[in-house]
Amino acid sequence: MRAGARFALGLRAVLPLLLGVAPFGVIYGVVALQSGIPALAAMAMSSIVFAGSAQFLLAQLAGVGAPVLLSAGAVGLINLRHALYSASVAPMLAHLPRRWKLLLAYLLTDEAYAAAIPHLISARKDDASAAHWILLGSGFGLWAGWQVATLAGVVLGAQLPAGLGLDFALPLTFIAIVVPMIASRAMLAAALAAAATAVLLAGLPYKLGLFLAALAGLAVGALWSRESA
Amino acid sequence: MTIWGLMLVCGMITFVIRYSFIAAEGHFQPSPWFVRLLPFVPVAALTALVAPELLLVDGGIALGIGNARLWAGLVAIVAAALWRNTVLTIGLGFAVFYLLRGV
Repeated sequence: MRAGARFALGLRAVLPLLLGVAPFGVIYGVVALQSGIPALAAMAMSSIVFAGSAQFLLAQLAGVGAPVLLSAGAVGLINLRHALYSASVAPMLAHLPRRWKLLLAYLLTDEAYAAAIPHLISARKDDASAAHWILLGSGFGLWAGWQVATLAGVVLGAQLPAGLGLDFALPLTFIAIVVPMIASRAMLAAALAAAATAVLLAGLPYKLGLFLAALAGLAVGALWSRESA
Repeated sequence: MTIWGLMLVCGMITFVIRYSFIAAEGHFQPSPWFVRLLPFVPVAALTALVAPELLLVDGGIALGIGNARLWAGLVAIVAAALWRNTVLTIGLGFAVFYLLRGV
């Protein structure tokens, strides 16, 4: 498959996630202005930080004048799970020049990773040399959608009606991505462990529950596959 | 520190986290257990994102029919397992979601 076709594949795969991300982007824009962040800075944050939950937190912390160290630490904790995505795609990007690695790392969000990963795995089986174009497609698609949504929030102050429940597109799309990947008992065990841990630890601050739940899933999956191997 | 300085620091932290293993690839010899964990990242990380969205309402576990997200999510899980079709999974999930909410 050519580079362009792979880029389009990644872009298409991220589209349903944009439906769920858009309301968050718009609300972020509105919240940022309300906490006294200038419009230009609020917009720029979507490029410079480019991480939904971290931007919400920063907007709130900036509003109350929280210390820099605390804000930076909180952002680090919230985004910790992205290290897992980094580890997951790293072997598939090993052959690339550094500028590609920098760009794809910058674009590595929950949504871009989720949309690309099933295609990356199947691409690795036939032709790995152009797999990175898939990740660029999903990464760019999400980035562009996030900028547009933020802009809408900042400029129009517009709110997509929260009652529509459009954000539900995120878990639904993740379900559509994850369920077909559960092809063994070890995978199922990993999913159940992650789900149970995430629900039990949902009260932890800075989304640490998500990170710990992912680790629990990894551990259970790996142990299970060793038991049965 | 200005909001701009704060943004740059936080952007840098976020980037370093995302770049970490991508940058390290080839510079370290991953241990066998590390390699064995990697295939589980997509399923474990994404399921962790989904489960609280379906099961929790205002911080508590809600299993009743009033929790539209749970039942819509379960229908989506069955649909995804049966047909492996993204559009169908999302469409059915939203249909059940709106139906149970009474739109």
